[in-house]
Amino acid sequence: MTASESINSTSSERATPGIGINVTQALAGEHKGSTGQVAGVEDITDPKIAIKGLDFYYGRFHALHDISLRIPKQQVTAFIGPSGCGKSTLLRTFNRIYDLYPGQRATGEILLDGRNILERGEDLNLLRAKVGMVFQKPTPFPMSIYDNIAYGVRLYERLSKGDMDARVEWALRKSALWDEVKDILRQSGKALSGGQQQRLCIARAVAVKPEVLLLDEPASALDPISTLKIEELVAELKDSYTIAIVTHNMQQAARVSDYTAFMYLGKLIEFNATETLFTNPASKQTEDYITGRFG
Amino acid sequence: MNIYTRRKVVNVFNLGASVCTTLFGLFFLFWLLWVLFAQGFTHLNWDLFTLDMPGPGAEAGGLRNAIVGSLMLTAVGVLIGAPLGVLAGIYLAEFGRYAWISHPVRFINDVLLSAPSIVIGVFVYEVMVVPMGNFSGWSGGVALAIIVIPVVVRTTEDMMRLVPDTLREAAAALGAPQWRVVTSVVLRAALSGVMTGILLAIARIAGETAPLLFTALNNQFFTLNMDKPMANLPVTIFNFAMGPYDNWHDLAWAGSLLITLTVLTLNILTRIFLRPKQ
Repeated sequence: MTASESINSTSSERATPGIGINVTQALAGEHKGSTGQVAGVEDITDPKIAIKGLDFYYGRFHALHDISLRIPKQQVTAFIGPSGCGKSTLLRTFNRIYDLYPGQRATGEILLDGRNILERGEDLNLLRAKVGMVFQKPTPFPMSIYDNIAYGVRLYERLSKGDMDARVEWALRKSALWDEVKDILRQSGKALSGGQQQRLCIARAVAVKPEVLLLDEPASALDPISTLKIEELVAELKDSYTIAIVTHNMQQAARVSDYTAFMYLGKLIEFNATETLFTNPASKQTEDYITGRFG
Repeated sequence: MNIYTRRKVVNVFNLGASVCTTLFGLFFLFWLLWVLFAQGFTHLNWDLFTLDMPGPGAEAGGLRNAIVGSLMLTAVGVLIGAPLGVLAGIYLAEFGRYAWISHPVRFINDVLLSAPSIVIGVFVYEVMVVPMGNFSGWSGGVALAIIVIPVVVRTTEDMMRLVPDTLREAAAALGAPQWRVVTSVVLRAALSGVMTGILLAIARIAGETAPLLFTALNNQFFTLNMDKPMANLPVTIFNFAMGPYDNWHDLAWAGSLLITLTVLTLNILTRIFLRPKQ
């Protein structure tokens, strides 16, 4: 039995020498009467997304191991962990964007408002309209700033010119970009700076009025000032959206999130209120990571 | 000799060698252009575009019928070949990217890409000219289309593949169905490349002679009727260059220069298309 299996099993055996980290010991106490969730976050009773026993595979590579957690409504949940720990992979299951590629598959359950989105027959386009995503690198479409925003809206709504103008302005205001681009809406989105492009992508995602917003390291390619703007934006957006953010940057997770999940080697090590996780981590491994001793 | 000096010597040698080979290639290119200009430029006059081919022994004459015929044949070839090629390229790059059928299609396309054009001419002769009973403009256009298709398939697929997957993901993440991702985002991003492929295909068929020998044949008279044999520049150049009359030779030179300038212009246009936009 590997360490991972022992973490996630409901029995309470001791650590096995495996990957050389004593996760199991650290988590043993956490684990009693477990429902599969590593760290109990009891006050999340009505989650927006509930993940149960999720495994993910890239072909034969088993990337996520038996993940279970509940993502609260209208809160910011951050995913942290070293490179390759599976945090982006996990995020990419929430809108099933991985489905674009053959050989990638997920098993288990992801309940969005109680409905399992991993079921066959799930309408992926409608799902993605509900669960928006912003990627690590800004990806403006090869069209004007205005059309970048209007593109997603036109997919599912028929708006008059005036309503569309209003929606574009609303989305750009929401993403704190309006003042910078209001006079150049007809220019190419690619002409903007990196930070502006990323806010354009957030505006684009916000414009379709999704319920959930997935942010995959949205600030990792940006300078500190743009990063700050994005963080402020996240704080503002959580009033209306459920936000899940993957980040490399622990300070960022601490600043923007209400809940934090720490992942390592494809497993969820610890999930808790951000403050608790950063000040009083239950797992030795989490502590090592957030204090910079590894990762 | 220490390592630094040696590196410098090797550098100078390699730089010199590459400059020499470049000059060697350019020398022949410019020689060709020079001969064409020297022989053909004086015969580029208004008559060339307004008069039809002179018969044997006739004095005045131009290439009007051949020019118009070539334009029509090329237009038919591109109008048939480019849409088919673009659609097939889109299939290979997007919808059929992981389909097993794409591998043989790609392979056969590459074979077609390097197929000798005379073979294509013979093929169209067999499947079109023989059943129809006569040489025709249409069969010439079809032969040219068969040359256009593989070129456009290849460039379209390559250009669409250059569009990063992150852009496809971004569009899909908004809830866009695949056909909308492809048409309004990927194709748009690759548009200049796809257009370039089509222009290169036009440049390629502008001077093709072999596929027309068995299909459009040639026609000494002016006609817009695609059901009949059709005049065209390449075959005219071939006939006139082999003919016994001096004014035929002059017209062959002028026609050669005309085709060369057209191809040159098309290549320059593709450069402008591919230039990164501000």
